[in-house]
Amino acid sequence: MRKPQGTAFIYLSIFVGLLLTVMPLPQLVKLARPDWALLVLMYWTMALPQRVSIGIAFFTGFVVDVLVGTVLGVNALAFAVVIFVVALHHLKIRNFSIVQQSLLLGLLLALYQLLLFWLSHFLTGVYFLPQYLWPVLTGMLVWPWVFWLLRRYRRQLKIQ
Amino acid sequence: MNQIYSRGPSLPLRLFLAVVCSAGLMFLDRYTDSSTQLRSYLTAAVSPLFYVASLPETLFSGASAQFMSQQAVLEENARLKETLLQQSGQLQLLRFLQQENEKLRALLGSSSVIAGERLVAEVLAVYSHPFSHQVVLNKGSSDGVTEHQPVIDDQGVVGQIVSVGPTSSRALLISDNTHALAVRAERTGVRAIVEGLGQWDVLRVMHLPHSADIREGDRLLTSGLDGRFPEGYPVARVVRISQDASQPFMLVYAEPYAQLDRIRHVLLLSDSRQLPAVQTTEEQP
Repeated sequence: MRKPQGTAFIYLSIFVGLLLTVMPLPQLVKLARPDWALLVLMYWTMALPQRVSIGIAFFTGFVVDVLVGTVLGVNALAFAVVIFVVALHHLKIRNFSIVQQSLLLGLLLALYQLLLFWLSHFLTGVYFLPQYLWPVLTGMLVWPWVFWLLRRYRRQLKIQ
Repeated sequence: MNQIYSRGPSLPLRLFLAVVCSAGLMFLDRYTDSSTQLRSYLTAAVSPLFYVASLPETLFSGASAQFMSQQAVLEENARLKETLLQQSGQLQLLRFLQQENEKLRALLGSSSVIAGERLVAEVLAVYSHPFSHQVVLNKGSSDGVTEHQPVIDDQGVVGQIVSVGPTSSRALLISDNTHALAVRAERTGVRAIVEGLGQWDVLRVMHLPHSADIREGDRLLTSGLDGRFPEGYPVARVVRISQDASQPFMLVYAEPYAQLDRIRHVLLLSDSRQLPAVQTTEEQP
């Protein structure tokens, strides 16, 4: 087994993902914000499942809860479930073409949004609006770029 | 082959632990009171992130203010002077009325209404999840902000503070569906509860019997009965009433005065009830 390297860089990318999660956007595109932190975590789980997995996902989700003001634990749970699926099938997902990956990720992102909604509905009784599903579409659209960028980042800095 | 199983607990076990932990957190946050304190600590921990995230926006708006043309600045200045003049004119009358009111209240032996201190705060341009209507303010416990402090803007009631960090705080808006406050109709004095629905422009007025005298266009003011919001601040205007005899109560919807989706500057009201002057006078039932 190779010696783990570049832990700080993995955390740095997750931190940037968290920053983008709360970055202000114009009112029009606000609801269409991709779930950056989740996308970054998905990449790392796919590439290095022995380093980044449910534990880090849970913690990142918890920070997202604090940042965006949802009930504590809601995002943590949804992140953990989605990353569990990715970690379980990381070998298969890795071999998919980028378009197939995007489509599969769309399903996972939809699962994330629905988990988030179900838990929030159960806890605080929010109502469902179809525009809550915009991040699924934008997430699928930005995935090829996130993937490309993070792969270059990983190879350049020899994170393994 | 599968490196992932070579170290530590297996994946399903980790998932199970994560689910148990988050279920515990959700329960703690939703059904116990200790979460307010916890949330305040967490807000304190992440508040640098808020400032970093809103940095581009701050820089951008700062730059646009720099490059505003002199003409525009002069025009704005003239406009602001005019508003100030008008408002100080109204204020003179208000002072007179306030004095008169105090005298009358003293004659009646009822407690006087004392305006507490006010603190201006700016809304930090950071994202909140659409499920929870909250905003982050740039004032915290080091500026004297406390939990449950009412927040208003120039139009009406905005919400209340739910967690405080040293340099930032979080306010829950009245449109959040976990928020409710006590109001009364200005015209008739009918008391009711106004609840958020998770939509920016609609609130629901709860528990009004079919016989209640309420009309479209009625102004709803805070009644002060909830013990959080001081009396007399405008909250919302009734926009839609539907009477359905099969329902126990009327369905009444109201539109908040404050433009909750585009608030920029807010006022934090301090609790005036703790002033000793109020406690010496007799409470009117």
